[in-house]
Formats: sequence, structure tokens, C-alpha cells
Amino acid sequence: MRVLALACPDWPVVAASWEQPMDRRLPVAVLTNNRVTACNDSARGEGIRTQMRRRDAQSKCPELVLIPADPQRDVRAFEAVLSAVEALRPGVAPIRPGLLAVKSPGRFYGGDENAAAVLTETVVEVGVWDARVGVADDVSTAVQAAYETSEQGWLVIPEGATADFWKTLPVEALFASGSPEEAEEIAEFVGLLRRLGMRTLGQFAALKSSEVLVRFGRRGARLHRLIRGEATGGIDSRKPPPDLDVVIDFEPPLESIEAVGFSARQSADTFVGQLGERGFVCTSVTIEAETDRGTRTARTWRHATWFSATDLIDRLHWQMAAAAQARTIDASISRVVFIPEAVDAASAHADALWGHGNNERIERGIAKVQALLGYEAARRPVLQGGRSPADRQALVPWGEQATLLRSPTLPWPGSIPPPAPCRVFTQPHPSDVLDERHQRIRVDARGAISGVPARFLTPQGWEHVDGWAGPWPVEEAWWEDEPRRIARFQMISTAGRAWLLRYENGDWLTEAGYD
Amino acid sequence: MQAEPLRQPVPTPDVVRSLIQVRTGGAYRVDDQSLAVALVSATSAEGSWVGVVGVDDLGLEAAVEAGLDLDRAVVVPAPGPHWLEAVTALVDVLPVVLLRPPSRVDQRVAAKVSARLRKRAATLFVQGEWPGAEAQLWLQRTAWSGLGEGYGRLRERSALVGCRRGTAPPQFADWPLAIEERPASREARAAVG
Repeated sequence: MRVLALACPDWPVVAASWEQPMDRRLPVAVLTNNRVTACNDSARGEGIRTQMRRRDAQSKCPELVLIPADPQRDVRAFEAVLSAVEALRPGVAPIRPGLLAVKSPGRFYGGDENAAAVLTETVVEVGVWDARVGVADDVSTAVQAAYETSEQGWLVIPEGATADFWKTLPVEALFASGSPEEAEEIAEFVGLLRRLGMRTLGQFAALKSSEVLVRFGRRGARLHRLIRGEATGGIDSRKPPPDLDVVIDFEPPLESIEAVGFSARQSADTFVGQLGERGFVCTSVTIEAETDRGTRTARTWRHATWFSATDLIDRLHWQMAAAAQARTIDASISRVVFIPEAVDAASAHADALWGHGNNERIERGIAKVQALLGYEAARRPVLQGGRSPADRQALVPWGEQATLLRSPTLPWPGSIPPPAPCRVFTQPHPSDVLDERHQRIRVDARGAISGVPARFLTPQGWEHVDGWAGPWPVEEAWWEDEPRRIARFQMISTAGRAWLLRYENGDWLTEAGYD
Repeated sequence: MQAEPLRQPVPTPDVVRSLIQVRTGGAYRVDDQSLAVALVSATSAEGSWVGVVGVDDLGLEAAVEAGLDLDRAVVVPAPGPHWLEAVTALVDVLPVVLLRPPSRVDQRVAAKVSARLRKRAATLFVQGEWPGAEAQLWLQRTAWSGLGEGYGRLRERSALVGCRRGTAPPQFADWPLAIEERPASREARAAVG
């Protein structure tokens, strides 16, 4: 995949000059906490550098125009550039204000060079004088290439030539593509390379991968892979801009949920349409409903593929029904808001756009259960590793990734032999095992038992013992000062039912049943 | 009124098939867990999705060994007072649902669910009383072998499955269950599938 990066250097200065027009030739610096965080070329010509203190900057260049930093302004202004690029090629990933990446539309424009030219021209038309384009095999290289070129220029790194490109660059080149937040970290890294006698990145690339990881850590190893052309960086889907929220006010407020659903239908179409115009589909949405008394319900919904207008109305309906039942909304609805939380390029879902599959219907049914009973109510069953039957399984909330599960393929010494019990109690039932003289059976530290089991308590009541095996001792958490000493028994009752029991610290518990 | 779909046969374990043909659109009472697991797993092994509501002690490993595909299963372990809504929502989209109602089910509720089952051509297996169940299946007798007085391990089970439909006298069938080693049973399944 070819990636095109578009860089607008000194973006905070450009953004400020849009809101407050000024002569481009004037030296301008943007300040955060009385330190320079960005400046333009004229200021650099006067000796202004980032991280310089306000007082030093002013003494170097008395006519310097000082502007307080405003991250919101930077984002706002960059939106114009994003939309202009999106008009040419959907699926734009903003990296930070002033820098974006997009899959290179080279094939469409008859070559990466042409695509770069078209894009640069478009952005200059928006009013950004200094736009630079880099095209390469991965995002980081494309960004670096963009910064290596000059005003309104472009640099195309041919396919497979990533390593050749980086090899010739001086180690200081890393500064150009890093964000201001990373500046310190990069300075440290560049300093280290210099102290080791390296002048070009090619010298760094020549090191062995294993040595790099040990000496330079993960970040160094990542960079090493990158400049050797071994890394591939995809483009993340972009966070949707805030103006795609859809707000529906009801005047007068609506009493019935059905009426709300009906009246919100058109707005749901608008919501999906707006995203569609930008080449997006919504994969996660937050729906808020507010009553005229100020009570509200807000919930974030995810979708296996993407939300259609009907899907949105369904979710709205379920959410309000559930909230009304739980009495979290107790008056007429005055406002409904749809907020896109995550969007995806529509092209990635081209197949799903035609015809909803079978799973779609099932996902919807399960989402309905989640709306009624809560997100955690519907679970996906999974197996995992462990010793006790209850440890060997887990129920993960539907729609969530299973994390921190123990591997089921590893051997688990001390786990019970097959068959697996068909009833597994997450909360073991209190039990008791008695010998013929009605004394509780005990197991000592060496695994000897105090008598022959005669009767035992099952969740269904007392039963006579027909056969038993054990104790199977397990020492759990043996690395702690007081490990848990556990002994397991299989027992059959005279009624023919089999159970798994656990003896721990003098107590008996029923862990599982086999029938 | 739209015509209700035909009542199709549902895949079942051999022992159950010798007693009754389970069909879509019906509710069947199956109290014993191993039998209930065998029934839902048999449909899952044939590619069906399975929903499990209110069963908080389902042994997943045993279910997988019986043929349940966890990728096509959803569990609602604690539906609480909203169990009926959960069941109807799942019956709408899943062909097979196993339910253990947390409270007594009256005639009216059961009739409502049964109508939904017929409309959606779904099959419901219930642990507990269910007015209007097509049939009741249970384990009349079970006998395990492999355990002695402090030695051995559970190896084989033979069971007698009972089936009652309406007022007719119950019928019985033998259900042998041999336990193989874990890896062997996995290979055996792979060979069959």
C-alpha cells in the first residue's frame, strides 16, 4: 500500500494567521507557557528557535509577533485542509494538526507524482502556502519525505526504496517528523547516536537488530525496523469532527417512545447521509436522550459492521425503553443527540453495504438483550487454562475482546481428568462429607484422610457415598507465604450422580456436577 | 395472519431420537443438565446458533466435548426479572434457546413464548416447569463406573432417559456415555466433522 503524507510546517502559525490576517514576511512565534512552541521562517531567520523563552526571543528580535498557543484553533483550521483532501480521496487520517496521511491516490491520477501535485495544488488553494507532500511505502517514511522537501514540493520514495532513502539522511533529520511533544525524547536519542559516533541514519541501520533492541529499547528498535524498510504502518481511521453530531429538539416534548422514534427517523437519515458524503460509515455511536425535567440517558453503541438509519432508530428505541423501565427517564423527551464515536472508510465495508448478513440479524438481537438488561448481561463463552473447572472457562461481555485469559493449550498439572463436568459452579456450594460415625472427614497436610466417606451433602441434599476417588492434592499460589492447600475428590452417590468436591482449610465445597 | 412455518425436525442425539422427534416451534422440558447440554450441542454441531438464558452453571468444556461451537453461542447467565424479554429477543434471532427460568412460569407467559417459537420456527429447551411443553425428557437412572473406595476416576456412565408426552405412559431408552481421553475425543470429533 502506498501512503501519501501532507505536511504543513509551522501549522500553529498558519492557523493563527488565518484567524488574524498578517503579513507572511513578519516574524511570528506561538507561545505556550512563555516558551516558543512554533515559529515561521522569518522568525527562524532572526535566530528564534522552539523551546526559547519569551524574554530571550524578544531580545533577539524585538519586532517578533507573539501569539498565545490555542490547540483548538489549530484543529479547527486544519479541518479545512482535511475536508479539501477528503474531497479528492476519502479515508484521510489526521496525524496531528498540520500533518495528515492518506492512501495515495496515485493509481487514479496516473502516478504518485501527479497525485502529489494535485494534492499540493488543492491545499494551496485552501490558503496554505507551505504544503509539502511525501509518498512512500509506510506512513512514517512518507511523513519524513514530506519534511525533506521544500515549500509546495513533493518527494516520492519509490516502492522498496525505503532503506535507501533513510540511509543518506543525517541523524538530526529525525527532528523534522517528530511532534513537538516528542521533541525531548528525539533530542535524547539523536544525542545518543552522535555520542556513539554516528552521523547518518545509514550507520544506525547497519547495526544488528538484536543489538539495537538491547541497547536502544523498543523505540529504537521500532525506528531501526522503519529505516531498514521492514516496518509497515497502516492508516488509522479518523475520529469524526464534532460537526457531524445530530441534535433533534422536540417542541413540545414528546411523551411516547414511539413518537420519538418516528420523529427522529429523518435525523437518523441525515446522520448517516452526512457521514456517507465524506466517505465514512459509523461503527460506534453515542445516543443521548434528555427529558424536559433534565433527566437523561446516554449510551455508546458499537456495531459489528456499521449503523444504518434503521439501526440507529432501533438502538434509540431500545435505549429509551430500557431507561423508561429503569426509571432513569421519567418525563417527556425534549432532545435526542446522535454522536459518532468511531467511523471507518466506507470502502472498507463495501461488501457489507450490500445486503445485511445473517450474523447482522443475530447481532441485533443480542444488542437488544444488552439494551434491556445492560451491556454486561449478554456474554460470549470462552475456554481458558486453569486447574479447577470454574477456572477453565469464562464469560466475556458480548462485543468485548477477551483479555487476560489463560492459555487453554498449556498443560495445567493438577487439573482434573476427563470427563469434564456439565455443571460448573462459579460460586461453589457449601458441602460436607461425613464418615460412618458422623464425623467430618479431614485431610491433613500430607494428604491423608481421617476416615472413609459415608455421606455427603450435594446441592440437592444429603446422599450416601457409593464410590469415591481422592484426595487429589493441589497447592495453589504456592509462591505465596501461605499457599492454599486444596484436595479434590470425585464422589458418586447411591442415586448414581457424580460430583466434584473440594476440601480447603477444613471446609468442603461442591465445585461441579457431572449429570 | 401469516401462515406459520412448517415444523422442521431438529438434529438430536441418537438416544433422544429413538424416543421423540424434536421439532422447531416447540418447547421441551429437560431438567437434567447433561441431557440439556447434549440436546443444544447436537444442534450447534449442525451449524445452529445457540442462546443460553439463566443457566449460570453451564460447564463449557463438557458442552464443547458434546459438540457445542462457542463461536455460535451467547449466554445470558443472570437475566433476573427480565428473563422473558431476554428469551423473546433471542428466540427472534436464534434457532435454539436453552432456558432456566429464575421464577415460576405461568400459563399465560408460556403461551406467549410458545406463539413466538412457532412464528420464528425456534426451539426452546427449558429446565423447570413449563406449561404446555411438548414433552418432558429426564434421566431416570444414572450409573457411573471407574470409582472405587478412594481410587480410580470417573470413566463411564450409563443412563436411562425417560420421555413423557401428554398423558401417555413414559418411554425409556439407554444412553451409554464412554469417556475418552481429551486429545483422543478431539481427534474423533475432527474425523467425524
